[in-house]
Amino acid sequence: MYRSLLKRIFYFYYDGFTSMTIGKKLWIIILIKLFILFAILKVFFFPDFLKTRFNNDRDRSNYVIEQLSKTR
Amino acid sequence: MLENIDLSLVNWSRAQFALTAIYHWIFVPLTLGLSFIIAMMETLYVRTGKEEWKKITQFWMTLFGVNFAIGVATGIILEFEFGTNWSNYSWFVGDIFGAPLAIEGIMAFFLESTFVAVMFFGWNRVSKRFHLTSTWLVAFGANLSALWILVANAWMQNPVGMHFNPEAARNEMLNFWDVFLSPVAIHKFIHTITSGYVLASVFVIGISAWFILKKRELFLAKRSILIASVFGLISSLMLIYSGDGSTRQLVHVQPMKFAAIEGLYNGQTGAGLVAIGIMATAPGDTNSRNVKDFSYQIEIPNFLSYMAYGKFDAFVPGVNDLVDGNFERNIMPVSDKMDRGRVARETLADLKTARDKGDTAQYALIKAKFNDEDFKNNYFRYFGYGFLNNPDDVIPNVPLSFYSFHIMVILGFYFLFLMILFIYFVFRDNLEKRKFYLRIAVLSVPLAYLASQAGWIVAEMGRQPWVIQDLLPTVAAVSHISTTSVQVTFWMFAVLFTALLIAELSIIFRQIKIGSK
Repeated sequence: MYRSLLKRIFYFYYDGFTSMTIGKKLWIIILIKLFILFAILKVFFFPDFLKTRFNNDRDRSNYVIEQLSKTR
Repeated sequence: MLENIDLSLVNWSRAQFALTAIYHWIFVPLTLGLSFIIAMMETLYVRTGKEEWKKITQFWMTLFGVNFAIGVATGIILEFEFGTNWSNYSWFVGDIFGAPLAIEGIMAFFLESTFVAVMFFGWNRVSKRFHLTSTWLVAFGANLSALWILVANAWMQNPVGMHFNPEAARNEMLNFWDVFLSPVAIHKFIHTITSGYVLASVFVIGISAWFILKKRELFLAKRSILIASVFGLISSLMLIYSGDGSTRQLVHVQPMKFAAIEGLYNGQTGAGLVAIGIMATAPGDTNSRNVKDFSYQIEIPNFLSYMAYGKFDAFVPGVNDLVDGNFERNIMPVSDKMDRGRVARETLADLKTARDKGDTAQYALIKAKFNDEDFKNNYFRYFGYGFLNNPDDVIPNVPLSFYSFHIMVILGFYFLFLMILFIYFVFRDNLEKRKFYLRIAVLSVPLAYLASQAGWIVAEMGRQPWVIQDLLPTVAAVSHISTTSVQVTFWMFAVLFTALLIAELSIIFRQIKIGSK
């Protein structure tokens, strides 16, 4: 029963994807876009500033306090 | 300002965020509104069983699918930017911004992603009612996603329901309901989603009008105009109502933004509302404030006072009152707020010094200050002012705010009129004869996008210099990263988004030319 339901869900998506017309072009655009976003931009251009520079929250908060409290 | 922050870094970071947000907002409003229009059309199909309604639903669903597919994940870039370019801000807001965004992510994924598949793959494979339910759930899911983002944005405009934890330098949520149900959040949510509904209605009317002009798809076009114009009329009324509510909120929570969008430099009793105006440099203006006056204006006497306070003779503060202070009206000068903000910043610095020295007694004493009501209400409340160099720094770009606001409002009323007109034409059954108005409807589609973008310019440019109202100026929110890296990613985004927009437009235009199958 459970296997049959999973099979039906699988074929629902499988048939849906294979019978797409305009959707195929859209999926290619989506996949290229997601690749650019997550495999290029996120990895090489958008590291998390605080996470990559500090190992723990205490150091991160110390840094931000320093930034916010610097006065003349 | 922060002493060693490069202003070009701030400006490039702002430009990049603006570019991303503007492009993201090209896709979102159509998704918000068209999803409901499709759901209504499909409901008519299920109730009447007429195949024509199925064809109509599927045609608009294809355009919805193109917009959804191209737009999906464009908002995620804003989250990348928070972590990289705006790390001080991201840390400072703490869980207040994180919680709504996390809920949004889960909702978007489960509601939209799951049921979008049923919407597109499910025709003839699931029951009509299950398919219809999925379509409605996609519509509600998309709008609920917007809710959480807008709650987070509203908190930045009106930070409530939180407490600042000085040990972590983060704000912590004290009361979820204060954040979620703040009047600013409620008005912002209703105003923003209804703007999406109006945009989608204009989109449907415009494309349908093109079909009628081309003498094609007449049944689809007329039925679509009927649904869209009724939905658009109701949405326009809600849009105007919530817009009025939002503006009334501004007077109390962001009075400078209110003065800027109304182009009011000097406070007035019985202030008039400038309905249409052209700003020009004020005669004799020699100060750095760069005061603008109106070289041409159509003003409704006393109406600004009424709109703001419900009284025709109420005093409405202008830019100058808010900067220089007005003791008669109990308005504190910005210079005083700057002094208090500096005290708050110095107290935070003292706390860090005590911690670094291991002086536990002093540390406990200073920490207790941040829980003291007097300190919170009279000093920490003005924390962000401590970063400013000059009282004039609190003035946003007045002409930009004024024009954006007026373009948005004028177009909002224009769309209301357009909906009424098209409902009238539908009921007179003479749409084909109204060629002039059909052309106007086609040309109105880009105007709907213009109004929608102008609304966000009002919201985001009008609140400058603040990223969090009164607490954190934009200049203090940026990360110390290289300006060049921000410039590089700015141009990368510009190319990526422009390519996506061209792809969307070319696919949508092709689908419109093909028409219903």
